[in-house]
Amino acid sequence: MSRPLEHDYIGLSEVSSMEDSEKISSSSSTVSTEEEEKKNALNLKETELRLGLPGSESPERKADARVGISLLGRTVEDKNGYSLSVLKNFVSGAKRGFSDAIDDSGKWVFSGAPSGSEVDLGKGAVLFSPRGGNGGKSLAVLENSNQQPASAVPALKDFVPPSPKPVQDKKPQISAANDHVAPAAKAQVVGWPPIRSFRKNTMATNPAKNNDDAEGKSGSAGCLYVKVSMDGAPYLRKVDLKTYGSYTELSAALEKMFSCFTIGQCGSHGVPGRDGLSASRLMDLLHGSEYVLTYEDKDGDWMLVGDVPWQMFTDSCRRLRIMKGSEAIGLAPRAMEKCKSRN
Amino acid sequence: MASKRQKDSPEEEKKQASSFPDEVLECVLGFVKSHRDRSSVSLVCKDWYNAERWSRTHVFIGNCYSVSPEILVRRFPNIRSVTLKGKPRFSDFNLVPLNWGADIHAWLVVFASAYSFLEELRLKRMTITDESLEFLAKSFPNFKALSLVSCDGFSTDGLKAIVAHCNYRNLTELDILENGIDDLGGSWLSCFPENFTSLEVLNFASLNSEVNFDALERLVARCKSLKVLKVNKNVTLEQLQRLLVHTSQLTELGTGSFSQELTLREYSELESAFSNCKNLYTLSGLSEATSLYLPALYPACVNLTFLNLSDAALQSAELAKLLPHCPHLRRLWVLDTVEDKGLEAVGSSCPLLEELRVFPAEPFEQDVVIGGVTESGFVAVSQGCRKLHYVLYFCRRMTNSAVAAVVKNCPDFTHFRLCIMNPWEPDYLTKEPMDEAFGVVVKTCTKLQRLAVSGLLTDLTFEYIGKYAKNLETLSVAFAGSSDRGMQCVLAGCPKLRKLEIRDCPFGNAALLSGLERYESMRSLWMSACHVTMNGCRLLAREMPRLNVEVIKEDGSDDTHAEKVYVYRSVAGPRRDAPPFVLTL
Repeated sequence: MSRPLEHDYIGLSEVSSMEDSEKISSSSSTVSTEEEEKKNALNLKETELRLGLPGSESPERKADARVGISLLGRTVEDKNGYSLSVLKNFVSGAKRGFSDAIDDSGKWVFSGAPSGSEVDLGKGAVLFSPRGGNGGKSLAVLENSNQQPASAVPALKDFVPPSPKPVQDKKPQISAANDHVAPAAKAQVVGWPPIRSFRKNTMATNPAKNNDDAEGKSGSAGCLYVKVSMDGAPYLRKVDLKTYGSYTELSAALEKMFSCFTIGQCGSHGVPGRDGLSASRLMDLLHGSEYVLTYEDKDGDWMLVGDVPWQMFTDSCRRLRIMKGSEAIGLAPRAMEKCKSRN
Repeated sequence: MASKRQKDSPEEEKKQASSFPDEVLECVLGFVKSHRDRSSVSLVCKDWYNAERWSRTHVFIGNCYSVSPEILVRRFPNIRSVTLKGKPRFSDFNLVPLNWGADIHAWLVVFASAYSFLEELRLKRMTITDESLEFLAKSFPNFKALSLVSCDGFSTDGLKAIVAHCNYRNLTELDILENGIDDLGGSWLSCFPENFTSLEVLNFASLNSEVNFDALERLVARCKSLKVLKVNKNVTLEQLQRLLVHTSQLTELGTGSFSQELTLREYSELESAFSNCKNLYTLSGLSEATSLYLPALYPACVNLTFLNLSDAALQSAELAKLLPHCPHLRRLWVLDTVEDKGLEAVGSSCPLLEELRVFPAEPFEQDVVIGGVTESGFVAVSQGCRKLHYVLYFCRRMTNSAVAAVVKNCPDFTHFRLCIMNPWEPDYLTKEPMDEAFGVVVKTCTKLQRLAVSGLLTDLTFEYIGKYAKNLETLSVAFAGSSDRGMQCVLAGCPKLRKLEIRDCPFGNAALLSGLERYESMRSLWMSACHVTMNGCRLLAREMPRLNVEVIKEDGSDDTHAEKVYVYRSVAGPRRDAPPFVLTL
């Protein structure tokens, strides 16, 4: 698999050779509409590309986290008026399998297994609907159309019977005799754990309960709490997306929340923000290619925050993740310089 | 059981037996309710067989394909209540394709002529269409109770038909639970006629659309015998309070989401409404309940025996505050958001607890999950709840020693269902297989009827099960075992086994065929994603003609491998309604 090319942040981009052109084309078809809505003329094509390297895995990943699919340019227009493009390219096979498996209604596909059960598991029936009331019926449409075990990358963005084949063929990660820590690329199994789909629907339709920032509101329709994780931080936070009106507000809030982690990796996990850190210094740290803000949309794909209109973002964002810039493969040092030079 | 008469001499015995009036025997047998007892009765002699079949009013059919409606009505002429189960249990987890079968309509047609006085129909995992529902409503003038659990194929339009056409004097129960139905709106509820007053059970908790609240309120107000009311999540707290004003005699309540912002006055009205509900035995719903409003419930909990919090993402502190108000709790269902700390509270507050189910709040979450329950919560519950005999426990880690501690505290388990959510997950501390955990369960819990295993398991687990689990009736296995020997041990060693469901295990033809002699004494066997081949299944079918051996074919799979195998005994012969993807061998 060839390494992805570096991208020129002025706007010219080149699609590196990819194994799953199918996926690219399908994903670009969904992203293209978003692209049209983008105001920022820069970074057009870059943002629609997704690169996947089956089998590769960022060494800094936590043991079992889902790995985000690559994203490209970030077009948040911040106070300083530049947009930072970051090319990231990391994926694990199972994550590929996982994200492949998500079609528009968020159905999942099983991918991966130890050798014993490969025959069946390779089929990857798309069976779960993590949300939506039509769990039983709509799922079965897909189930009936299970495909061959060894097909190419599924174009799962198309709803009509997808071929939910997991791309991954590598790493029988769940091998019995191994280390007890579940491998990073955990497979999603059809019909497992044995939970009725109606239960999953119940949880999915309820707004996530807010554990840490205790607020007065109890279950009112106007909140949309999503988890925010930051690489290297010992715990996650939750934010209510409805309390912000734009990307800048969200960005500022997150910076305040997580500033204690960004500033020299401070050991004390004290109250974030508000204690004399200059906003611009924070912005520098976050925008100085140290960290990038990404989110997982309802299809299960990891996207760069800032590409789509705010409203669309809040509708589709399921969780946020502040990723280390160093996790991006091929992130050009000169891209960093470019950003800094624009400061 | 029927009384036994003294046997004097053979001649007298004969005289007595022949002069014993059938009517008396039938009357006596009317008191025999249990199906197994009735089966035993019917085996005594021909007279008793006949007396039993004439006096039976309720029939339970665990597998709708094991018998045909014609055979049923021929044997039992006086049935008033039918319970039918259809699809294999793994269909709950989407392992069975849609349109597999288990359609009730053929049964309804036969019942319409043979059991026109039918009163109750309870279905689980069956398919029922709107047309069937309408047919049902119109064909049985005495119809009283409909219960649909995990069924599919119908929509709320079908409910409209039931509600609108059922005899207004008679319908007492409408129980729609956990079905995959098309929710086309809540207007069905408004179709209850205004003179309709007989309802005793109304459960629409799992329907998602809004119902007309005024219609609901009027319905509840005029149905003075209403005992069970489970509303859906669109009913607000304020509306709930208005309903409760009319229903102080409720024994089971499902509260819907239990969320809203209330004024102080509204809150105290809610509280006093709950104070009047002293007869509640069962409480559920609460899907968005928060610590702010939960205390309003406390007065109603005083007689609770079953608390179902499996929709309510409570935290440990909230649970800890709620439980002391439920001193008589026997059954508790919670989400794992309560964490180990919440389970410690269960252990300390619920000494009478007999059943605990802990469901995962985020079962399909793959990232590091903060929260959830572990082995220590399990142990904590067992320390305080010595009467525990039913457990369903979803967790992400477990240890052999914890399970050993649990069964040491609670040796009377009848149902032990442990689900370690990551397949092949070993003992968290020792990294060894979890064989010893289930070994100690089957050795210690001699009354064990139902077992579900998980985690990293070798054949040793199944050796233990075959050796010790002599009362085991239902076994669920996933991602376990090392070779055919595992399944062979179970089939050879568990004499009371009735249901065996297996997925993703390395069991092949040798294992399948080792059970040749067993399957006719079992209800069914399910094997999916194992190593069984078509030839193995064909061989089984050939050797055992009274079994139905069915293979569910998935598109594009190779022709030698048997993806999903469903084997069951039947007196009705092979299915006549099998869809093309179900091959009967």
